[in-house]
Amino acid sequence: MSGPRQSLPNRFGRFGLGLAAVTVLAFLMAPLIIIVLFSFKSSGDFTFPITGWSLKWYREFFTTPTWMDALRNSLVLAVSTTLLATPLGTMAALGLAAPQLPGRRLISALLLIPMIAPVVIVGVGMYFVFSMTGLTATYPGLILGHTSLAVPFVVVTVSAVLTGLDRRLLWAAASMGASPFLTFRKVTLPVILPGIASGALFAFATSLDEVVVTMFLAGPGQRTLPREMFTIARDTLTPTIAAAATVLIAASIVLLTASMVLSRPGANATR
Amino acid sequence: MLKGQRGGMLRSYALIAPMFVFLLATFLWPVSMILWRSVSDPELRAALPATAVELSSWSGQGLPPASAYAALASDLVKVDGASLASLSRRLSYENPGFRALLQSTKRKLEAAPAGTTPDLVALDPQWGANQTWQAMKRAAGPVGVFHILSALDLRQNYETGIGPSRPGAALYRSIILRTFAIASTTAILALVLAFPLCAFLARQSDRVRNLLLLMVLLPFWTSILVRTTAWLALLQDRGVINTLLMDMGLIDQPMKLLYNRIGVITALVHVMLPFMIFPLLAAMRSIDPRLFRAALSLGATPFYAFRRVYLPQVMPGVMAGALMVFVVTLGFYVTPMLVGGPGDQMISYYIALYTTGTLNWGLASSLGLILLVITLSLYAIQNALLRRSGVGLR
Repeated sequence: MSGPRQSLPNRFGRFGLGLAAVTVLAFLMAPLIIIVLFSFKSSGDFTFPITGWSLKWYREFFTTPTWMDALRNSLVLAVSTTLLATPLGTMAALGLAAPQLPGRRLISALLLIPMIAPVVIVGVGMYFVFSMTGLTATYPGLILGHTSLAVPFVVVTVSAVLTGLDRRLLWAAASMGASPFLTFRKVTLPVILPGIASGALFAFATSLDEVVVTMFLAGPGQRTLPREMFTIARDTLTPTIAAAATVLIAASIVLLTASMVLSRPGANATR
Repeated sequence: MLKGQRGGMLRSYALIAPMFVFLLATFLWPVSMILWRSVSDPELRAALPATAVELSSWSGQGLPPASAYAALASDLVKVDGASLASLSRRLSYENPGFRALLQSTKRKLEAAPAGTTPDLVALDPQWGANQTWQAMKRAAGPVGVFHILSALDLRQNYETGIGPSRPGAALYRSIILRTFAIASTTAILALVLAFPLCAFLARQSDRVRNLLLLMVLLPFWTSILVRTTAWLALLQDRGVINTLLMDMGLIDQPMKLLYNRIGVITALVHVMLPFMIFPLLAAMRSIDPRLFRAALSLGATPFYAFRRVYLPQVMPGVMAGALMVFVVTLGFYVTPMLVGGPGDQMISYYIALYTTGTLNWGLASSLGLILLVITLSLYAIQNALLRRSGVGLR
């Protein structure tokens, strides 16, 4: 791409471009890095320089009952949401994969709307309906709410791998007498498994991050990590919130790594 | 063969059905409740049923017929406290004086000797005013446009047509405009930041690019609460940015970076930047670099080649990313609430406030309807643009 001779303005331009790119990347990463650093700062304020390091904010995080309550609730909700959203979304994606299905575009648009509708509208609507049906301030209500937001992501990720699925494999299996179920189990499933897994990761992350629907539906005692962080951030920042943030950043690193491993070439058997 | 196809079709529908039913109950029903609540106006009909019927047939001009006065008098004697209270709240959206008017009229009617029907205008001269009865007619229900018009600062007047709800009223329109202003500023700034980064990333080898993209993906996967909290810590008066600038001698006093528009835009741009980077990078990577060099070799100046060759090719990515950032930002709630001041709250804040705070569900639903219609139309436009340009996100 680069020739042997380059004019001076061109080289200057490339340097400027690189500098701008590094600045933007720093803007993206700096807040995360700084909040992680502050979570280890012993004096507990949010200024540099950091003179002493300590784990005491983590000790506080892991020994405060309200934080532990919030962590436990967040994990229970995220796991339940994943368990509910993954099969629902996978089945729908398999159904939508039939190319000539009448009404296919309308159905898939309907199924994906929760992903694009403003979350406050979803929250207010659920607040109206769930309070009529007695589901507010209950865990089933929160799980239903989170699942509704998470399930379209499963449809999108599974659909993405299904379009990469070679249909000739399915015809070959069928022509050799395999039942639809056997074809699914032996041909389709191994191919789309990475897609299902990354859909599950997205569902988990969606629930872990969710705070708006939670604020509308949760009862006063139903803390989640984002909700607890919101409550504290509205008041005054405590150093423990930096520890909580770091725990969540660690969780996103794990989720991101897992999703990278799943989308690696070779994870999908057709490519 | 045909039978097999139909079987496949049924199987497809059967696979979709569980999710469809699930979303019907947990998403479409809730959203329809918002549509319904934005037009539903049940309080007057529940409290004063005979009056509601009279009001529906009245033209709204001048004063209603004597039968309406009689219906109101008999309804007011019969109505129970709870229905009257909710009617008072509904009518107080128009005029807070209604509560006292209804209460005192009911008391005086009950005190009147049995068998006589006192003249309402004599009990309170407000019953002789057209505006009082117009407000009642607007609330006559069971459905009406009062809440939707209120959310646009408008009111229906049966004598003069639709006009401002109060002289010079622009409360909700200014909130909608503010929401648009914040979202478009965020989209423009995200584009300005994403453009050089994507141009740089598009030139790197796959290995370097994927490595650098980790620095975009990690913030993208991190909770919005975490990122907003981080900005709270950075932008405080004694926070990292102010202390840094003061140590460098650039400022003497801490700058106000939080609880104002600066804080909101900074945090929103940070949250939305990946939504700009992904489509823009995809568009830039699909460009054939030889076209640009061909233009140069044919004698075009770099600026001319950039404008006429490079830019048209990245334009679909620019449009897709900017529109995406704009639309998603329109619905933001938590971030402006934490880092913004009272003058920086977006439409979602007011929807939530009227839902759980002041319990004005009609207004909350109408504002929600407006936001939903804007959002879905912009998505439809974006989809049409993408389909026409042939550059799809998926």
